[in-house]
Amino acid sequence: MGIKWDEFFITGDPLILGAQISIALTMIGIVFGLTYLKKWNWLWTEWITTVDHKRIGIMYIISAVLMFFRGGVDGLLMKAQTSRPEMEFLSSQHYNEIFTTHGVIMILFMAMPFLIGLMNVVVPLQIGARDVAFPQLNALSFWLFFSGAMLFNISFVIGGSPDAGWTSYFPLAGKEFSPSIANNYYAIALQIAGIGTLMTGINFIVTILKMRTKGMTLMRMPMFTWTTLITSVIIIAAFPIFTVALALMTFDRLFGTHFFTVSGGGMDMLWANLFWLWGHPEVYIVALPAFGIFSEVIATFSRKSLFGYKSMVYAIVGIALLSMLVWVHHFYTMGSGPAVNSFFSITTMLIAVPTGIKMFNWLFTMRKGRIKMTTAMLWSLAFVPCFTIGGVTGVMLAMGAADYQYHNTLFLVAHFHYVLIPGVVFAVFAGLYYWWPKMFGHLLNEKLGKWHFWLFVIGFNVTFMPMFFLGLSGAARRTYTFSAESGFAPLFLLSAMGSIVLAAGFAVFCYNIYWSLRYADRNISSDPWDARTLEWATATPVQHYNFAKLPEVKSLDAFWFMKKNNEGLTLKDSEIEEIHMPSNSGQPFIMCVLFGISGFFLVFEWSIAAAVAALGIFAGLIYRSFDYNDGYHIPVDEVRETELSWRNKKGEAHKHVS
Amino acid sequence: MKSTRFVVLIIALIPMIFLTGCETNMVVFEPQGPVARTITDLINWSLAWMLLVVVVVFSLFGYIVWKYRERPDNMDYEPPEEHGSTVLEIIWTAIPILIVIALTIPTVQALYDLEEVPEGYEDKEPITIHVTAADWKWIFSYPEQGIETVNYANIPEDTPIHFKLTSASTMQSFWIPALGGQKYAMAKMETEMYLVADNPGSYVGKNSNFNGRGYAGMEFEVLAQTHEDFNQWITDVKETAPELTEEEYEELLKPTHLGRLTYANTHLEWVDHANMHSKTYTNPELYRYHGYQGKTFEEEDNYRNKETNLEHNGHHSDEDDEHEGHGGEHDGH
Repeated sequence: MGIKWDEFFITGDPLILGAQISIALTMIGIVFGLTYLKKWNWLWTEWITTVDHKRIGIMYIISAVLMFFRGGVDGLLMKAQTSRPEMEFLSSQHYNEIFTTHGVIMILFMAMPFLIGLMNVVVPLQIGARDVAFPQLNALSFWLFFSGAMLFNISFVIGGSPDAGWTSYFPLAGKEFSPSIANNYYAIALQIAGIGTLMTGINFIVTILKMRTKGMTLMRMPMFTWTTLITSVIIIAAFPIFTVALALMTFDRLFGTHFFTVSGGGMDMLWANLFWLWGHPEVYIVALPAFGIFSEVIATFSRKSLFGYKSMVYAIVGIALLSMLVWVHHFYTMGSGPAVNSFFSITTMLIAVPTGIKMFNWLFTMRKGRIKMTTAMLWSLAFVPCFTIGGVTGVMLAMGAADYQYHNTLFLVAHFHYVLIPGVVFAVFAGLYYWWPKMFGHLLNEKLGKWHFWLFVIGFNVTFMPMFFLGLSGAARRTYTFSAESGFAPLFLLSAMGSIVLAAGFAVFCYNIYWSLRYADRNISSDPWDARTLEWATATPVQHYNFAKLPEVKSLDAFWFMKKNNEGLTLKDSEIEEIHMPSNSGQPFIMCVLFGISGFFLVFEWSIAAAVAALGIFAGLIYRSFDYNDGYHIPVDEVRETELSWRNKKGEAHKHVS
Repeated sequence: MKSTRFVVLIIALIPMIFLTGCETNMVVFEPQGPVARTITDLINWSLAWMLLVVVVVFSLFGYIVWKYRERPDNMDYEPPEEHGSTVLEIIWTAIPILIVIALTIPTVQALYDLEEVPEGYEDKEPITIHVTAADWKWIFSYPEQGIETVNYANIPEDTPIHFKLTSASTMQSFWIPALGGQKYAMAKMETEMYLVADNPGSYVGKNSNFNGRGYAGMEFEVLAQTHEDFNQWITDVKETAPELTEEEYEELLKPTHLGRLTYANTHLEWVDHANMHSKTYTNPELYRYHGYQGKTFEEEDNYRNKETNLEHNGHHSDEDDEHEGHGGEHDGH
């Protein structure tokens, strides 16, 4: 194989050159910084090899925030390009690459890891467990996600960015119309990350079903745990479809098969069907955990248990079932006939019913409550009206015949941003402000949090509300420019201005993290919000074994009633036992590197090199199956010492007696 | 807290501002034919119901958040234990189901109606136009009249036009918002739709489905004319326009932007891309751009698999014009 070095790096665009230089400088900076501070060993033993669910969760969240930045910059570039008619800031090719990576990164490398990160941190605590069912598999999940994300992100400087949209529709994404290797990145990076996600799904189902503490029946589980469970079920149902679709795409692009091609009897719409068979459930994979977060936050800050808990559970199960039955609504315009379109219109509109149930249950949770306006609660409150707009426009889009006029327009783009930003981004922000002390032992600054909130929410509405009207005026999505005669200019400009406010909100958020890490008060109780569920029934930040003594659950909102009845808050010396914990392992990280190398070669169509690197992956699998490391035990004294260090403090509900 | 009320106010006001400010612009609400009107009626019906939902949820939200917010004087209020209410939950399950039914009936009705010649036009002789989408242009063939146009279509007013859509390359979505909804044009497949224009006039048509670098330029004009004007136009074209040859046609299908073209015959004489056994008119070499180039594959059913066309392999000056377009001396306004 002759390597074409002249095509290896993307050249000729000052923006990309700037990115290349800044990437190189950042890398040098990181390596230099770690060496100077002698932190390599710390990085390896404390983080890279960790199997602790909380640390893995934190790594997910850090990656997600970085990806949020990357995807957000993509979004700002798009907004800048369309801020004026006939703007010449980006070329059409560059614009196509940017909206493609914006979509892929925001959904797969921002929303998903952010939520999976929070799940990792919170779910084992909520069910009173010491870790997930398969801790090392969990680490592997994270590292595969990370490997996929990094592979995808280098595409814009090495080899070329995918440019066929995040949906990567065929035949456009095939070799017939996209002969560069750019779209190989899509097929292979997403495949690697997808395997990690699938493992997460399996891991969380087993964890939630098998590792609940004594008394934690299914119907006593906190809502976030419920949504995580159902989400994991959807992951297991939907992700294999994507795995297959991506594999077929890889065959088409690398080996010249004809699954989705125009020539040789391929069927391009088969891709659209497979993609959305995964893609629509994917929307609920990110939305359901978010609903869980809102449920926790709203209940806590209204000081009431969740209204209609049972119907909330039935609603998420209903949403999960319906999610697999609506994929055709993404292409009513394919011409599959009125019977098919009617069926899918009805199933899609039916999703409004369980979603409506949830909405009213949240509202009635707040009724008769005492609503405390913390930043986490503000995000949950803003979610209600914003998501309602996303929801009702969703019903409008669900109506097949009406969709003929909305399809592929900015009306659609506005709709799904109104669903995904309030439904996912507001939720992860709410979750982050809420659970931050569990991870780091201090709160995020509330005042900065409110700046973050107002800028972000106002910016969001000003950015995306105009897009509804642009769509109704006939503006198609994904067009890199528009004419002055179209009359779109004022609304596009307004939308671009909104995106600046949105970005300012995000900047305040980043500053808030920095400020709070440096200056926030560390002297807080283990239960700063007066919360209701078990994650607060232990130290803040959580000690690495989670619970010295596994709590016993007697009702819903277990911790609330433990506090009310003063039960189970005291730890006696006699109750402390040795704790069995899993050992750290470097193998997941090594697998990540091997997957990355093999994937990289495959992207460049160097099949033999990729196969050789893949041998390493198989070697890793074989090594792992002969790995008999059973973990280690934490001695009683160490547990006792750790517990004494946080219990018995002033204002602390948890006690320790000898 | 007063900030919460603000958010409600702002969110409620923004659509008002737009509704008053931009009404004249929204083509979807100004249908120019019976097909578009069917859809607009459906949209208006749904908007009324959705507005009702928004009003109910927003007012309930505003009321609850305002009434039960934490204040300095209610700090010792301890909220009651409450687990739900079967009656309330049945109500907010049943009402959305009723709304869904209210929306479903006209939706299904419209879905079936849109497949047929619009009501009231059944006795009018429809005109068939084959639409072939290519990168990045629209080709309109009038088999009954024996003419072909590129990037514009003239149609007679008050006459059902039977569009038969296919593609010679990527997938496009054929959309004339003033006259009706859109439908995909796919290679080696045929989709169809009926549109009618009430009155003479010029309407914007476009591709709304992203299909590569030249996507933004895939607009065309639909000119609805009186019957006399339309017949006159046909006669003129037949007299003055050139004949399209197979070679010219292959040139035409390359990924380029073209202006308007008119021919006195149609390409359907030698190829109908809707036929699933037709030849494939793609050439990956013409789509090469920056980045690392992968391998491409020779296909047996490709149009280049005949001796005469081998010289097409290789250079691709056509796509460069799109590239150069960005260095130009445009001014936004």
